[in-house]
Amino acid sequence: MKSRLKTGQKVQGAEIVCESLLRHGVSVIFGYPGGANIPIYDALYKYPELKHVLVRHEQGAAHAAEGYAWATGRPGVCFTTSGPGATNLVTGLADAMLDSIPMVCLTGQVPSKMLGTDAFQEADVLGVTLPVTKHNYLVTGAGDIAPSIYEAFHLATAGRPGPVVVDITKDAQANYAEFAEPEIMPEFNKKIKTDATADELDSLALLLNNAEKPLIIAGHGVLLSGDGKSLLKVAESQDIPVTLTQLGLSAIPHDHPLFMGMPGMHGAVSANRAPLEADVILALGMRFHDRVTGKVSAYAPQAKIIHIDIDPSELGKNVVPEIAIVGDVKTILNRLLPKLKKRKNPLWLDRFKLWKKEEEEKVINPELNADILKSAAVINLLSKETRGLATIVADVGQNQMYAAKYYCYRKYNSHFTSGGLGTMGFALPAGMGAKMADPDREVWIVIGDGGIQMTLSELATIAQEKLDIKIALLNNNYLGMVRQWQELFYKGNYSQVRLKNPDFQKLSEGFGIKSEKADNLNSAGQAIKNARDFKGPYLIEFVVAADENVFPMLPAGAGIDEMIISKADMK
Amino acid sequence: MHKNLQNFIIWAQNKPGVLFRILWLFRRKQLNIESVTAGHSEIPDITRITITVSNNGNKVKNMVHQLNKLVNVVKVEHLDTAMLVYREMALIKIALSEKEEKSQVLRIIEHFRGRVINMTNSVMVIEATGDENKIDAFYENIKNFNIVEFVRTGRAALLK
Ligand SMILES: Cc1ncc(C[n+]2csc(CCOP(=O)(O)OP(=O)(O)O)c2C)c(N)n1
Ligand SMILES: [Mg+2]
Repeated sequence: MKSRLKTGQKVQGAEIVCESLLRHGVSVIFGYPGGANIPIYDALYKYPELKHVLVRHEQGAAHAAEGYAWATGRPGVCFTTSGPGATNLVTGLADAMLDSIPMVCLTGQVPSKMLGTDAFQEADVLGVTLPVTKHNYLVTGAGDIAPSIYEAFHLATAGRPGPVVVDITKDAQANYAEFAEPEIMPEFNKKIKTDATADELDSLALLLNNAEKPLIIAGHGVLLSGDGKSLLKVAESQDIPVTLTQLGLSAIPHDHPLFMGMPGMHGAVSANRAPLEADVILALGMRFHDRVTGKVSAYAPQAKIIHIDIDPSELGKNVVPEIAIVGDVKTILNRLLPKLKKRKNPLWLDRFKLWKKEEEEKVINPELNADILKSAAVINLLSKETRGLATIVADVGQNQMYAAKYYCYRKYNSHFTSGGLGTMGFALPAGMGAKMADPDREVWIVIGDGGIQMTLSELATIAQEKLDIKIALLNNNYLGMVRQWQELFYKGNYSQVRLKNPDFQKLSEGFGIKSEKADNLNSAGQAIKNARDFKGPYLIEFVVAADENVFPMLPAGAGIDEMIISKADMK
Repeated sequence: MHKNLQNFIIWAQNKPGVLFRILWLFRRKQLNIESVTAGHSEIPDITRITITVSNNGNKVKNMVHQLNKLVNVVKVEHLDTAMLVYREMALIKIALSEKEEKSQVLRIIEHFRGRVINMTNSVMVIEATGDENKIDAFYENIKNFNIVEFVRTGRAALLK
């Protein structure tokens, strides 16, 4: 552990902030200075070990911190000033809250004497961020800074991860206190159950050992629990097909024969048909989100559901499980493994071959062999060129679905996206954070022409930091996903979805970022090669079909039995 | 009326904002609060909060887990009314115009085992305790008099 201060040394609160971060192994901070956190920036000057990235908007800082957390499993850290600085974080906090991403955000606040007076740049940060954080603190004394930051780091990763805000008044930053490493108070170590009891394991094994058509649905919890190997071993021991939710993608290699795709609204045919026939569903670190289940009453009619999650409030919330176990997925699977009978299940797996073939014929092949450039083909090319080993940071919209479905993830934990909140503009700063956290990753940001303009200013940060990031901009000149809905469900009334876009080449060059444009498969392949050969940021604008639709799809409110596989299926 | 009230007894740290976090969560999860009682418990620095809601089913069950996730909450119990002994208290201020009225009111008070806790020539303040039904019945009996103010607490509840 790095440290600069000695226990008992009297320093300003701002220095205690920096020391506390240093002692938590923080390597990068994403932030923006202002009047109410200027003392922290002054202290930062003395802490060159703490690399600070000057983003261009605090929302960018929040998403960058999320990207950092995705890549490392450690809390991403943000600094902002009071008022507008802090409120600009809110979207990122809400995003992290829904997707269980650990984050510690330190916001400056007006001096404690002025709290509640509507002072300059005062916002009720505790009130504003309460609904979008695991917990938040208002710190008004220098001596309370270290305990709050230590608790914040503990809470951000304890059990189900999430964001924590520590709002520090300017006088607390400026006043002096003795630095001491606080002990985490016992109430914060509230018992988090991480393991299954022997009885729970036995009933779990009994159900699986007797299942004829078992199915695994694994989510973000698998990645958060730290490895996909135990999942793979359990699946392989009984030939259990594995589907991965959007946030669980890359938990196992996607070219594995037991991988059956992503379930849900734009999920794979196999992943949506299987719950209709399965007799046992093993749900791991996922939450039966409405985007996954469709109409709950039509979901998994015959299946006995085993639900394992570290958060007790998720069990029984959306579906009623036969067996519900609170605990850490990896720990439980490793203990379950010896209790499972080894067996093959060729009949059940044959069903999946059929479903996969259906999707290939009706959806995938036409997408990949179209005359004009299609997003699916671009992602497929990218997948081949990078051999499935890059980290894909996907934005929101059609581009996100193509990134989820057409990239063959072969590197563990290599797909980052905004799932729960669906925040357009997430990918650009999140990709930046992921690259800063782990420079050895090959990071590709996949983003639409709409989304890139939400947090576009972070191109300047990427350029300033000379990050070796590649940006695959899928330009369909539309808010494509909304356009798709309008085409399919609103009689083709295209209301406010057409974008007259800037010249992305010029824009990119303006930021000092190399770029090129590709509008056919050949030039697309060459552009990807060029980007990979270039050391530094590189933006490729892929001009893709304006009218593409992502299939299969479930209409809003429909059950998974009503999946539409192609436009021809629609009456 | 008050038949299916569900009770949450919550032990939480006595710190600024804690009650707000708890009440906010009920709103967030779309549960309507019927009553709240909060105050010190027998444990130093721990507040005991009793909240009743009339909803039932999955949402209420899930609420225990949601409440448990609040950092400042130390312990939560979700209990059926049958498992509790509890009281509400009501204070009623009545303006009196005639002598007869006074004796009528006193008779009602006696019937409900209430107490007069303040009296002037023209105004009487009455205290009544009991479960919600008793307080309701008391109110029904007295509502035709000239009620100036009426206030009632939520449940103060203990496990049987
Ligand atoms: C911040 C935000 N605003 C609005 C939406 C609603 N929305 C979802 S997808 C989408 C279209 C995205 O367009 P684009 O970024 O071009 O991606 P495409 O779907 O065309 O690939 C919109 C507007 C959202 N998800 N996030
Ligand atoms: Mg678009």
